[in-house]
Amino acid sequence: MGGYGDVKLLRDDGKRLDGRTVDEMRPVSIEAGVLPAADGSAMVTHGLNVAVAAVYGPMEAHPRKIQRQDRAVIDVRYNMAPFSTGDRIRPGFNRRSREISKVTAEALESVVLVERYPRSKIRVEIEILAAEAGTRCVGITAAAVALADAGIPMRDMIVGVASGKIEDTVVLDLDKAEDNYGQADLPVGILPNTGEIAFLQMDGDLSIEEFNLAMEYNFKAASEIHELMVDALKRRYERGDN
Amino acid sequence: MGCPVAGTGEKRMSEGQSGAEQRLVTPGMVIGPSTGKHAGSGAIAQNEEFIATRLGWLNEQNDVVSVRPINSAYMPRSGDLIVGVVAEVRNNLWFFDVNGPFQALLPMSLAPWKVEFGSTRQHLGIGDAALARVQEVDEAHNMVLTMKGIGLRRLNEGCVVSIPVNLIDTLRGDNNSMVSRIRDLTDCRIIVADNGRVWVHGDADNMFTARELIQKLADEGHMNNFEDAVHALEQQRGEN
Repeated sequence: MGGYGDVKLLRDDGKRLDGRTVDEMRPVSIEAGVLPAADGSAMVTHGLNVAVAAVYGPMEAHPRKIQRQDRAVIDVRYNMAPFSTGDRIRPGFNRRSREISKVTAEALESVVLVERYPRSKIRVEIEILAAEAGTRCVGITAAAVALADAGIPMRDMIVGVASGKIEDTVVLDLDKAEDNYGQADLPVGILPNTGEIAFLQMDGDLSIEEFNLAMEYNFKAASEIHELMVDALKRRYERGDN
Repeated sequence: MGCPVAGTGEKRMSEGQSGAEQRLVTPGMVIGPSTGKHAGSGAIAQNEEFIATRLGWLNEQNDVVSVRPINSAYMPRSGDLIVGVVAEVRNNLWFFDVNGPFQALLPMSLAPWKVEFGSTRQHLGIGDAALARVQEVDEAHNMVLTMKGIGLRRLNEGCVVSIPVNLIDTLRGDNNSMVSRIRDLTDCRIIVADNGRVWVHGDADNMFTARELIQKLADEGHMNNFEDAVHALEQQRGEN
């Protein structure tokens, strides 16, 4: 993320290599209830990223040492499928997936009303089927829709979005080349209703002005994705004509 | 920074209030001002506004704003009638799976039989279903069942169908009218338990019909077409 001076990521007309403007998001589509066996599930396609999230529970927390007497624990497992990238990923947990599972669980704990289910566990499985930069944000968005689909009470549906910096320009929603050769990445979990931030990570350097601009882009994108999330849930459950 | 998104919430608030028809709300959606009203289940008051905490249908009755959830886990309450399945047997008690987050405990003192220490397996084994009532639930979800009471028994015959907990009222209807219609229609004994399990017993064909009808409710409950399905079956049976 230190930047590679010789890689050109912006075209002469100011657009990005894939033709997007600096504040343009990759196309997003969301579908709720894709897995019949899960209590709640969702699939999010964000550019070339595909994430499926499944929610099970609340259930009794096992092993008992993880139980909390006053609230539920959220057990998140983020995993990238071996075939999700060009280079095969070795199956199983690794340092990166542990980190993302942890930050996702902490982000979700801040919105789920965990005090309603003492001693229990809510299991969230996030599987990345195809990856093209920004998978943790896509996973969080999918998990939020799956939690809502499972009927888990929440203060808000968290939306995962990211902005970054390429060639000293702040851009929204980095793609793979921009993520690999850019100067900074700023993934954020936003609660669209209140404007609160449930998680924030920053890789690389941004000035205060660049940070504020990146956050402005992130909030704008969160608003758009949130509408798609609501629409996906409505499509699943809106009453029929009869 | 959050301004554009909060604006979206305001737009939805007007959607949530307009019209007499029930509206689908999602977690975090602003569903109206909280002044002079109380938050019911599925809603919380925040900054003088009600926020939905669950995906479900908005409901406002007697100044109480609530959300009727589309999906929800069974949360036991004292006095609930449940169909439980034995998950574990000890020398002096049984653990039941009650379709909720936690197993329930039936001590041998609350069983309908005279049980001696060590002979619990003679009365109920793993996988057996029983009709029981929730005696007690504490705030940490510890749950005690009782089988002492009229009609509480081991279920030796029939079958158990599961439906989402939020559809129990739909299946029962007003004053159990809907389940009575299904009983008359299928000539089956039907018990709708509070934990989303339905016990059905009758001859094989009728039981199959009743199960199919209840399964249709479980699969398409959100479509609000269950009454039509029952009516269609009534007409079909009437013609035959």
